[in-house]
Amino acid sequence: MRLDILNRGYGPGAKVLFALIRMFSGHPVPDAAKLVFYRPDFYGARAKRFTHEAMRGPSAWSVADRELMAAFVSKVNECAFCVGAHTATAGQAYQDGPKVEAVLADLESAPVEDGLRATLRMLGRLTREGKVSAEDMREVLSAGVSRQQVEDALAVCAAFNTTDRLADAFGFELLSPEGFEAGAKYLLKRGYR
Amino acid sequence: MPDEDKKRPDEDKKRAAHRALVDRVLNGEGRASPEQRARAFSNADIPPPLHALIDKVATRPAEVTDADFAAAKASGFSEDQLFELVISVAVGQSARLYEAGLAALAEATVNEEAG
Repeated sequence: MRLDILNRGYGPGAKVLFALIRMFSGHPVPDAAKLVFYRPDFYGARAKRFTHEAMRGPSAWSVADRELMAAFVSKVNECAFCVGAHTATAGQAYQDGPKVEAVLADLESAPVEDGLRATLRMLGRLTREGKVSAEDMREVLSAGVSRQQVEDALAVCAAFNTTDRLADAFGFELLSPEGFEAGAKYLLKRGYR
Repeated sequence: MPDEDKKRPDEDKKRAAHRALVDRVLNGEGRASPEQRARAFSNADIPPPLHALIDKVATRPAEVTDADFAAAKASGFSEDQLFELVISVAVGQSARLYEAGLAALAEATVNEEAG
């Protein structure tokens, strides 16, 4: 990563944990996981709580849908690390990798329900343009999405607009396809806590 | 209104967790001053050696380079300060998106609430 403290600034407890993760998973600890262990009182502890709540807390959206939103927002932000991580996670969660690839390639023709498509379209506009209108929101609601679901989707969008920026700014190293799949398995089992 | 839209006990947990993150980054202890963190959060009034880095993180993060960090460090910012300021701008930009989305949603549903 671009700051030496994020490569080498960890305490003995974190270093032992990183070594154990390497040993048991067979993969190096992803930079996304390392970041939240650096001075966790400043960012990591609260970021994990918010991200976990958005991605795994109660919602009418499935975990797979929310992982797809994370991948989609990351695609709009051109964040290669997060696209890789959440494409793999959404693909495993749906047990349908091609569906996720189709959404990222062309949302309008992808085989997803209209409500999810309208929600992703709105999240894309918000992420790209920094704003959305009440009319944009009415379109999502009229596609059968509840108000609470829109709020839940906005929380996912907020979490990944933060993570995408940190991934690109700090320079998270891309993982191998196997590394992303291993990370996805972990995220589906344990979440973001 | 559908059951799901009725007040549910956890409905504010996402917002509360987000507020806790924003509050910590802006108001908690740090190596960068609260004023510096607030300016980064808002991406406003950033002095020249930091401006390129902070503005890119807010508006086009994929374009951040090693040189942006090198310029900020050369002007005297420590790595821990840059860690905090980059997080501040990332959290700030996404907080604005979150607020903009929630405001548009509120506007779209205002009549429903009045009724």
